[in-house]
Amino acid sequence: MISSFALFGALETGFIFALVALGIFISFRVLDFPDLTVDGSFPLGAAVAATAIISGLHPLTATFLACIAGSLAGIVTALLNVKLKILHLLASILTMIALYSINLRIMDGPNKALLGVDTLLTPLDNLSLPYYIAYPIAFGVLALIVLGLLVAFLKSEVGLAMRATGSNPRMAKANGVNTSLMIVLGMAISNALVALAGALFAQSQGSADVTMGVGVIVIGLASVIGGEALLSTRTIFLWALACVFGSILYRLVIAFALNGDALGLKAQDLNLITAVLVTLAIIAPNIKAKLRTTRA
Amino acid sequence: MKLKKALVFSSALLSSFAGLHADAHEHGDQKMQHVSITQIVEHPALDAVRNGVKDALAEKGFKEGENISWEYQSAQGNPTTAAQIAKKFAGSNPDVIIAIATPSAQAMVASARNSNIIFSAVTDPVSAKLVKAWGQPSPRVTGVSDLTPVDKHMALIKEIVPDAKTLGVIYNPGEANSIALVDLVKKHAPDSSMKVVEAASPKSADVQTAMRSLVGKVDAVYLPTDNTVISALEGVIKIASQTDIPIIAADTDSVKRGAIAALGFNYYDVGRQTGVMAAKVLSGTAPGDIPVQGVDKTELYINLSAASAMGVELPNSVIERAKEVIQ
Repeated sequence: MISSFALFGALETGFIFALVALGIFISFRVLDFPDLTVDGSFPLGAAVAATAIISGLHPLTATFLACIAGSLAGIVTALLNVKLKILHLLASILTMIALYSINLRIMDGPNKALLGVDTLLTPLDNLSLPYYIAYPIAFGVLALIVLGLLVAFLKSEVGLAMRATGSNPRMAKANGVNTSLMIVLGMAISNALVALAGALFAQSQGSADVTMGVGVIVIGLASVIGGEALLSTRTIFLWALACVFGSILYRLVIAFALNGDALGLKAQDLNLITAVLVTLAIIAPNIKAKLRTTRA
Repeated sequence: MKLKKALVFSSALLSSFAGLHADAHEHGDQKMQHVSITQIVEHPALDAVRNGVKDALAEKGFKEGENISWEYQSAQGNPTTAAQIAKKFAGSNPDVIIAIATPSAQAMVASARNSNIIFSAVTDPVSAKLVKAWGQPSPRVTGVSDLTPVDKHMALIKEIVPDAKTLGVIYNPGEANSIALVDLVKKHAPDSSMKVVEAASPKSADVQTAMRSLVGKVDAVYLPTDNTVISALEGVIKIASQTDIPIIAADTDSVKRGAIAALGFNYYDVGRQTGVMAAKVLSGTAPGDIPVQGVDKTELYINLSAASAMGVELPNSVIERAKEVIQ
C-alpha cells in the first residue's frame, strides 16, 4: 500500500540524499578520489547541527556550522593523502572511523533529539500546504540551487582546474595547476555538501544519531552510478542532474521494496529487494539496446 | 533517448504507486484493525520485544488475520530506511504504530503526526524527546521504557538488608550509562531510607580499591550495569566476603559470579507489556491517557552461598520469589 505520504517521503529523503550524491560526484567523478569520509561526515553534520540547535543557536547558523565541520573533515582526509602520502582510500577510512568518536563527543552521547524543537523546517509547518508536501518541495528547490551553483563552479576557471586534476593530474600540473590544493578544495566542498545533507536529515527526522552514517557511501554511489546509467552524462550539468535523479530513484525503489509483502516477501528481504531493483534499473537500458541490435 | 527511457521507467514506478494506493483503504469496511510495527535492526533483544507484543495482543483477543492485520518492517540497521518506513506508516495510518528502539521511535514521531504511536525498548524517552515527562505522554505517543528498574533494586536491597542505612555504589564515571544509573540510585535510595556513598573506579584495576574505600562506611553495596565494574566483579566479591558487606547487582549474570541477588528483566516481557498497552489503544484508549511505563515484570536471581559468605540470611519472602536460586 504505497500512499502519497510514502511517495512524498521518498522524494524528501531523495532530495536530501541528492546533496550526498552531488558530494560523492565531486570526490569520485570529478577528483577521481574514492572517499569514504562521507560515512562520518554525514552524521557529523547531523551531530553539529543538532547540538548547536539544542544549545540555542539559530537553525540556520547551526546548519552553516555543520557545513564548516563537514568541510574540515574533507580537508583532513585530503591532507592525510596529499601531505602525508597515505593512500586516498585509507586516508578517508581513517577520518571516517575517527569521526565516529568525534561525533559521540560532540553530542555527548549516541543520540541528540530534535523533536518538538524549532528547526529550519518549523516555518514550513505553518503553511497552508501539508508539511509532507512542503518538505520535499523545499528540499527539491535547495537541491536544484546547489546543483546550479556546483555546475557554475565546475565551469569556472578553478572548477576546470579541479576537473583537470581528476582526469589527468600530470597534465594539470604541467599547466600550472596546484593539484594538491584542488584535492583539498574539492574534498572540502564534497564533505560540506554531505554534512549539509546530514544536518537537514537530522532536522527532518527529529534526531541526530551516531549510527546515521551507516551505508551513506553505498547509497550515494548507487545514486551516482544509477543516475549515470539512466541519464546522459554528456555535459557536466546533465551529469550532475543524473546524480540527483539517481538519488530520487533509489528512494522510490526503497519505498517500493517496503511493499514486498504484497509479493510474499518479508521484512528481512528489504535490502535484497532494493539491490535487485537498483540492478534492474541500471541494466534495463542496456538490455533493451542489446535486444534491438540483435533483432536488427 | 536515454532521458526518455529514464522517464518511462520512473513513471512506471510512479503509476504503480498510484495503482496500489487505490486499494489501500479497502480493508477499512470490515472491522479489521491495523497494527504496524517497526524496529531499527534485527537483534535478539528487539526481536524478543516484537514477539512479546504479538503474543500479548493475541492473548488480549487481537489475532493476526482475524481482527487485526499486522505489518512488520525492519530498517536493517539503516536510520535513513527507518525514516522511510516512518513515512510509509504515516501514509497507511494504521490504528496503532509500535516503534522498537530509539531511532525508529524518533523517526516515527517526527513523520507520523496523526497516528497513535507506542514506543518500546527506549531507555530514556524524555531525553529522546518522545514525551515531555513519564507521567505526561503526548496526546498520541506513549510507550514502555527498558530503563533499569533502580527503584525496585533499592527496595530489594532494603528487603535483604533491612537495617541498611548507607549504600555504597561503585561505578566508572566515564560511562554515561552508569552516571545516569547512579543519579537514579541517588534519587530512589532515600525512599528506602538509605544514604548513598559513591566510589569511582575509572579502570578495571581500580575496582578493588574503590571497594576497599567503602569498607566500614556502608552497610551494603549496589553494582549498576557498569562494564568496568562488572569486568572486575570477582575482586569486589572477595573483599565483600572478607568484610561481610552484602553485594547486590543490577544484572542477573553477576549473581552467578557471586553477588547475592539481582533483579533483571527480559525483553520478551518488555514486549508483552507493550502489547498490553497496544491492546488498550486498539480498544479505544488514547495513548495520551496511558502513562509511560518502566519495566513491570522482573526476574529475581539469588545466590545462597554468596549470601552466607557475606553474612546475610535471605528472608523467605525473597527466596520464594526467586526465579533462579544458585546454591
